[in-house]
Amino acid sequence: MNSTSVLFDDLGPRGRRRVRAASILVVVLVGVLIGVGLNRLADRGQFADALWEPLTDLKVIEFLLKGFANTLKAAGLAMCVSVVAAAFLALGRLAHNRPVRWLAGAYVEVFRAFPLLLLIFFAFLALPQLLENSPLSGLLGNDGDANLSPFAALVLGLILYNSAMLAELFRAGILSLDRGQREAASSIGLTYWQSMASVIAPQALRRMLPGIISQVVALLKDTALGYIVVYEELLRRARISGEFYRNPLQMFLAAALIYFVFNFALSQFAAKLEMRQRHRFKAQPMDIASGSEDLAANAALARN
Amino acid sequence: MEVITDNLDLYWLGFRTMVSLSVVAFVAAMFIGTMVAMSRVSPVPPLRVLGAAYVELFRNVPLTVQFILFYFGLTKVGIKYGAFTSAVIVMAIYTSAFVAETIRSGINSVSGAQAEAARSLGLGFFQTMQLVILPQAFRTVTAPLGSLFIAHTKNTSVALAIGLGEIMYQSSQVNNATARPIWAFIGAAILFVMFTFPAGLAVGALQRRVAIKR
Repeated sequence: MNSTSVLFDDLGPRGRRRVRAASILVVVLVGVLIGVGLNRLADRGQFADALWEPLTDLKVIEFLLKGFANTLKAAGLAMCVSVVAAAFLALGRLAHNRPVRWLAGAYVEVFRAFPLLLLIFFAFLALPQLLENSPLSGLLGNDGDANLSPFAALVLGLILYNSAMLAELFRAGILSLDRGQREAASSIGLTYWQSMASVIAPQALRRMLPGIISQVVALLKDTALGYIVVYEELLRRARISGEFYRNPLQMFLAAALIYFVFNFALSQFAAKLEMRQRHRFKAQPMDIASGSEDLAANAALARN
Repeated sequence: MEVITDNLDLYWLGFRTMVSLSVVAFVAAMFIGTMVAMSRVSPVPPLRVLGAAYVELFRNVPLTVQFILFYFGLTKVGIKYGAFTSAVIVMAIYTSAFVAETIRSGINSVSGAQAEAARSLGLGFFQTMQLVILPQAFRTVTAPLGSLFIAHTKNTSVALAIGLGEIMYQSSQVNNATARPIWAFIGAAILFVMFTFPAGLAVGALQRRVAIKR
């Protein structure tokens, strides 16, 4: 195979000329577009120092970064709980016991079917009413009108949603292993849990790692939904600062940049792992009927 | 229960808004995504870079941030559309990044011999793409594109952040008016499933029809 692609020939002199012309055209076009954009920003006075200066103020930076710390806090907590819950759900879906299988399946199907925002809203607004007259009411805040804090609602929604997503991923990972692995484990006398712990899980985990990392990216992005229930994460804090300094565009751009840098690094890492694994073992593609856009694109990549 | 039946008109309005937002934005996303995927495998280097930059930029910034940035940030530079148009633009751009990734992996999964055969017939890049590669690529990624569509439909709920009157917005209105959040949001849940469940079945049927049997 040549250095580029099988989709087009190695270029002859004429092809090279055409590609060069097209390259120049693309560069010029992009340049013009950027120029028009910058010009527009300048026209509307968006480059005024007063609008950008707050972003160099240490206090503002700290305010925003603490918002991002809140984002990470919610995402981290939700991820940890989801992974554990998902492991049990995946085992439940693969269990011999029919009621267990059915229950785990129902959980996964239900919580994958709804938008995350709906789950967060349900946790935020409906759950307190459900719990109000139950013995569990002590879990709610002890302020007058029993309410779940935005943080708790966000994290609960994220856990319900992501444990269902991850459970599907884990199940696919376990199923992608050759059944000979489990048969070999039981033939040397390992029990179900022993073979899970020392044979199946370690191998499945390595295969699933890229998928898990892209789910972390999805979860981090979803944490921005906390904005809607007024949890003080990065986006909400960017909005607060933008209203205070009257520079919403600049603040939102800063927030977008922070998200981008973090998620880009993570997804590059996931892609690297994926590549390495594909070289290492001709893994059977994992069949994920996924529920999030990140997993869907990931499943497509894993297919070939 | 009567919370839902009394407010059927609101729910119906929300349902219609969601379906039209979802469908219009997805059609646009398919178009943009295909273009971006083709750029990423094209012989023109700057186009490849541009395609990759597009995908990485829009898939790594949360949809909520893109909504807010577009709707509340860009007004300052005179870009101002109504909630529905804004939602279509934002969702089309966001989803197109994932469509592009999916279609690109479809393109990669088509055997190299197919492209070689096309080239040996004298087809150029666009002809090879249009007549040989893309038709096969689309068929291999029907299932991922289908799950992408369903995820995209669920994402329409984020348009609540800019006050678009889709299902989440309407059910919040119902909740505000009745103070019965449990039923108000169960109504929303039923509507979502009324759309995503048949859509899932349709995708499955479509996939079985077009799947390439090897």
